[in-house]
Amino acid sequence: MARSFTPKVVTANALLEGDVVYLTEDDRWSRHHHEAELIEDEAHAQLRLLHAASQRNLVVGAYLADAKPGPAGPEPVHFREAFRTRGPSNYPHGKQAELTDV
Amino acid sequence: MYDYTDFDEAFVRARVAQFAGQVARRIDGSLTEEEFRPLRLMNGLYLQLHAYMLRVAIPYGTISPRQMRQLAMIADRWDKGYGHFTTRQNIQFNWPRLPDVPAILGALADVGMHAIQTSGNCVRNVTADHFAGAAADEIEDPRPVAELLRQWSTDHPEFQFLPRKFKIAVTGSPADRAVTRAHDIGLRMVRNAAGEPGFEVIVGGGLGRTPMIGVTVREFLPKADLLPYVEAILSVYNTLGRRDNKYKARIKITVHEVGAEAIAHLIETRFAELRPLFGGHDQALLAAIEAAFAPPAFRDAPTGAYDAARAADPAFRAWSDTNLAAHRNPQYAIATISLKAHGATPGDATSDQMRLMADLADRYGHSELRISHEQNVILPHVHRGDLPALHAALAGAGLATANVGLISDIIACPGMDYCSLATARSIPVAQGIAARFDALKLEHDVGPLKLKISGCINACGHHHVGHIGILGLDRAGVENYQITLGGDATETAAVGEKTGPGFAYDEIVPAIERLVRAYLALREGPGETFLEAYRRLGLAPFKAALYPEEARDAA
Repeated sequence: MARSFTPKVVTANALLEGDVVYLTEDDRWSRHHHEAELIEDEAHAQLRLLHAASQRNLVVGAYLADAKPGPAGPEPVHFREAFRTRGPSNYPHGKQAELTDV
Repeated sequence: MYDYTDFDEAFVRARVAQFAGQVARRIDGSLTEEEFRPLRLMNGLYLQLHAYMLRVAIPYGTISPRQMRQLAMIADRWDKGYGHFTTRQNIQFNWPRLPDVPAILGALADVGMHAIQTSGNCVRNVTADHFAGAAADEIEDPRPVAELLRQWSTDHPEFQFLPRKFKIAVTGSPADRAVTRAHDIGLRMVRNAAGEPGFEVIVGGGLGRTPMIGVTVREFLPKADLLPYVEAILSVYNTLGRRDNKYKARIKITVHEVGAEAIAHLIETRFAELRPLFGGHDQALLAAIEAAFAPPAFRDAPTGAYDAARAADPAFRAWSDTNLAAHRNPQYAIATISLKAHGATPGDATSDQMRLMADLADRYGHSELRISHEQNVILPHVHRGDLPALHAALAGAGLATANVGLISDIIACPGMDYCSLATARSIPVAQGIAARFDALKLEHDVGPLKLKISGCINACGHHHVGHIGILGLDRAGVENYQITLGGDATETAAVGEKTGPGFAYDEIVPAIERLVRAYLALREGPGETFLEAYRRLGLAPFKAALYPEEARDAA
């Protein structure tokens, strides 16, 4: 039996601002983790990563991060990825300031 | 202080123009990220966890009020109204946008500043004792030599592609405040039997994943030989340093693998070749630089206001006990402005605070400011008669925290709140410890204690040389904090010893409290510092306090 695949999202930083972005199913780059495409197949994940890497004028350093399904969409698994969805813990800067409506 | 010559000015401007072109080509797609990355790193621009980060050099920690005001302007105009002073006497802006960076570099060039060689495998910002030119115990001001090294190393064609980054620190005092034993090259000014100043040359120190205390390759190097000797060290390292393995590429590994004696011999051989080639130009240049570092015209005035304030104001007395150091002129003091208010982010200053410190330096400090590797700001020359007024002005801006050298004067790297290399957070741990000891009102009883926190094995927070060191790690997807004890960053440098298993994020502050309470119970009296008690008693009693359950099981 094949090894089980941990679901992934494709994430990167926006070229101009450096802000964290996520690849959506309809090929947009969203600033919101829950809008990311949750990829449950390893081969598809590689294809999506290749697609992301080809968008070199929009994003930098695309990679696959572990994620899990949640009520509002994909949620991060590792604490590093959770911090990336919010911003630093010492000031209300970054996404947590800009995305208060989420 | 040193002012840019026409050459410096033209060089920095040319670099800004070059980088502006590179940024434009990256944005229009002519450059890929792979091509652009080394170019941006050469100009101090990193891509971090949430944003770009620009690291600006403050060579040997010396900065003028005008430059400080410009940093405040940059923070307001292109960042989020603050800057972060680092353990390498740099300032980091955490939120610049890529298209704005050329303009920021231009604004830096307007005041003789830059971000060149604050990253990459080159000679980095040369650091120095933050009390340089002011300390009572100083042999000579080390900054002219640091400036000479800066000029020599900037764009040095032979040393632009070293095996790995290269850090030089220099001190002119017997008391080492520049951590010279934990640098690739440490230079400690000493006198020979004839009373002439020269340098003890220490090579191969470093922290990171393989912490090592440097070895002395020359007990006494005449001052005039410094540049050819340093060039000889770099030359030997450039040849032998390992380029096959990033983790073995620092000179400390070269020294370890080749052997201290063999390295010293190779350096001396190369030095013999290089020395005749210098022909005295470096010494002419050094003499001109030294003139730029002439001390200010010290004022001769009564110091009665200082004594009166000490007698009348307990807050001033506490601040003057911890935040002042002895100046070479007995009427003066070196005043450290703590950027470690309890619960604040170590090393951060708002733009308003920067402007105030600049104004106070103009008013009370002969227009000089320093940044320490301990992430504080220093007014090196304050007349004692002005100290009460200085203290009052600082207190009004939240800058009069009386904690320098105490447990809440914590060095902390940005950690996983900002850094893409980090494995755990540092800042909230520092905030938690400082807030806890402030609530306990215990830190003045505890006395001198250096606590240093790094959020990964690269050790930007110098945890190995903290009396108490904390290293944040990722253990199976959870933040975990490992404690080391007995480290020392001074002339008696030592690498701390691991205590045992790490602590979870919510366990680390209580663990530190147990440790400090154990020290208070164990010490022979208030005169015995934490480090002295540790050296007398060893790890065992502190370990018992950290791991009470294990101690109980063993009993």
